[in-house]
Amino acid sequence: MTVPVEWYVALSAILFSIGALGVLLRRNAIIIFMSVELMLNAANLLFVAFSRYLGDLDGQVLVFFVITVAAAEVAVGLALIVVIFRTKQSINIDEINLMKG
Amino acid sequence: MDQILLDYLPIAVLIGIGIFFAVLLPSLSVSLGPKPPKDRNLAPYESGMVAIGEAQRRLPVKFYRIAVLFILFDVDIILLVPWAVAFRKLGVYGLVAMLIFMVMFILGDAWVWKKGVLEWE
Amino acid sequence: MEFVTPTINILIVLPVLLVAGGGALLMLLELFMAEERVKQWAPTLAIIVLALAFLQTIGLWGQTHTTFTPEGSSPMVILDNFATFLNVIFLLTGFFTVLISVNYLPRVGLNRSEYYMLMLFSLSGMMLMGMANDLILVFLALEVLSIPLYILAGLSRPRPESEESAMKYFFLGAFSSAIFVFGIALTYGATGSTALPAVLAGVSNGGALALAGVAMMLVGFGFKVAAAPFHMWTPDVYEGAPTVVTAFMSVGAKVGGFAAMLRVFVSAFGSLGQTWVPAVAVIAAITLIIGNVVAIVQPNIKRMLAYSSIAHAGYILMAVAASVNSPDGVSAALFYMFAYLFTNLGAFAIAIAAERKLGEGVMLDDYKGLAKRSPLLALAMAYFMLSLTGIPPTGGFSGKFFVFRATLEAGLVWLAVVGVITSVVSGYYYLRVVYLMYMYDGEGELHTKPALLTAVALTVLATLVLGLLPGAWYEITKQAALQGLQVLAGG
Repeated sequence: MTVPVEWYVALSAILFSIGALGVLLRRNAIIIFMSVELMLNAANLLFVAFSRYLGDLDGQVLVFFVITVAAAEVAVGLALIVVIFRTKQSINIDEINLMKG
Repeated sequence: MDQILLDYLPIAVLIGIGIFFAVLLPSLSVSLGPKPPKDRNLAPYESGMVAIGEAQRRLPVKFYRIAVLFILFDVDIILLVPWAVAFRKLGVYGLVAMLIFMVMFILGDAWVWKKGVLEWE
Repeated sequence: MEFVTPTINILIVLPVLLVAGGGALLMLLELFMAEERVKQWAPTLAIIVLALAFLQTIGLWGQTHTTFTPEGSSPMVILDNFATFLNVIFLLTGFFTVLISVNYLPRVGLNRSEYYMLMLFSLSGMMLMGMANDLILVFLALEVLSIPLYILAGLSRPRPESEESAMKYFFLGAFSSAIFVFGIALTYGATGSTALPAVLAGVSNGGALALAGVAMMLVGFGFKVAAAPFHMWTPDVYEGAPTVVTAFMSVGAKVGGFAAMLRVFVSAFGSLGQTWVPAVAVIAAITLIIGNVVAIVQPNIKRMLAYSSIAHAGYILMAVAASVNSPDGVSAALFYMFAYLFTNLGAFAIAIAAERKLGEGVMLDDYKGLAKRSPLLALAMAYFMLSLTGIPPTGGFSGKFFVFRATLEAGLVWLAVVGVITSVVSGYYYLRVVYLMYMYDGEGELHTKPALLTAVALTVLATLVLGLLPGAWYEITKQAALQGLQVLAGG
């Protein structure tokens, strides 16, 4: 007997929600960034869980793609944070508000 | 239900060992290590400067650049390992596909190099 | 388990390979040539690559191919008239973007060698959006489209507005991608596959899991195409990014988002239409109202065009909502995007001519007296504004006509009414530009170079043709739409 797939769905939904709340509530760019990664990894967990549940390897392959894309996003995101820190001396997104939306 | 818990026993053991060592080693070094007299050591010697600032200071941005490149190599390995495991089965197709990927990847690295990102001043 | 080599037909993906290869070639050239020389040749090379890809794309019109088919599974890539038509839109977007960038970038001191290669990479992602037959390819294409755009938005660093624009675009883009990929994961769990034909077969039995997946993918697409209530990033990003980049993403990223959205929602999730059509219709209505009403108070032309692009996303969403119950929905959306491409890029071309320095000359007041200084350009701008409002004889009018007709056919009368009323409202802020140009005196030079004038002339011509002879072009979009849907349904 193994852990039923519903538990994984619940766990990844919780992780995803924590990530989404982090993006919406936190003001530090790096922490927002980590929250986005948490959301992506929640999706990865779901892919792997379903892949096991369905007996279909595709889900695990998808995880590789998501990880790769996440790495590309990290590279661009960190570079942007560094660049903006040089100009602003801050990565608090509340202080990054030249333009009013 | 019991079976579930048994399945996860190794993980629990691993977590336990991890916590044990994480607590053990620092506490050992604190309790067994020599304790130099703190105040006198930190005080400036004769004409020396008074200590300023924290030990944890900001790192220059060049570390960041290397970290970003490291992440890319890291993920490159993620794709290479499964390919290497299945190398014989994938045959020429796999080889060509991975070659195309690596050529693009190396092109990117060469470009980064040319742009001077790897210079350490 | 034995590995069987997937069937691959390189000719099908050749346009994408050419575009991405052009970007890679620029990187390669920079290794061996002086940066100045590469910058000099980059626009020419981009045009050549786009032209070659265009020829190959046109040659594929009317054909249907699939490629990258793993053993015992559906193809990853599909090239039908739907994808070919969208590829034409993307390649034209790239072509016009190069034309308006050539002189602008050196003039405002932004002539960075990354520009053209990132643009080409982003274009290759857009082209894959229309050709994807598998959710994971949709996701990869979305990222290939987006990541270069994040960097392009920050091209004019260290200008703080541009950095801020890149940062906002990046965070909301990454956030929406995460939501999107979670939606894919849920759909995968519900249907057991990410291949669109298998999703189509399994989604109606997927239960709550499938519905949650569809909802999250809708949110993800909503962010990408700047539909309300997921549009908050648009004005700031459009204002802060260099104007050529704004022009490029206002058409390319939006059409790219809709390309995949049409394929995924109308085809693969078509059987759940009763569930998502009302949601999309409500989103379309909110988008139309917010985009058109908030645009009125914008003093900056880039912000105004940003809200205008939100509003146009609303009109295309109307067509998406109509696609399930009306045979004309998809073709109306395609026609609208085709007309929007020319009109919007034309308007941006003139905004670029009027931009004195980076971030200067972008207020609506700077357009005062344009008619006296440059009668022809002012006339072109007036024509684009009429087209964006939807006044005949313009491509914008034809597009709106087809969209409203499809919406009525689909029985969404209330949505069509919202569309018509907001179009009338939009007249206020579009025609104000015309008013400012013709009724005031002002000064400020225009930067007109042959390349930019060519872009303006071609876009005016295309908008006029689409306005005068909409029928013939609508037949083409009709073929694109019908074939696109049939192939997927057949698996």
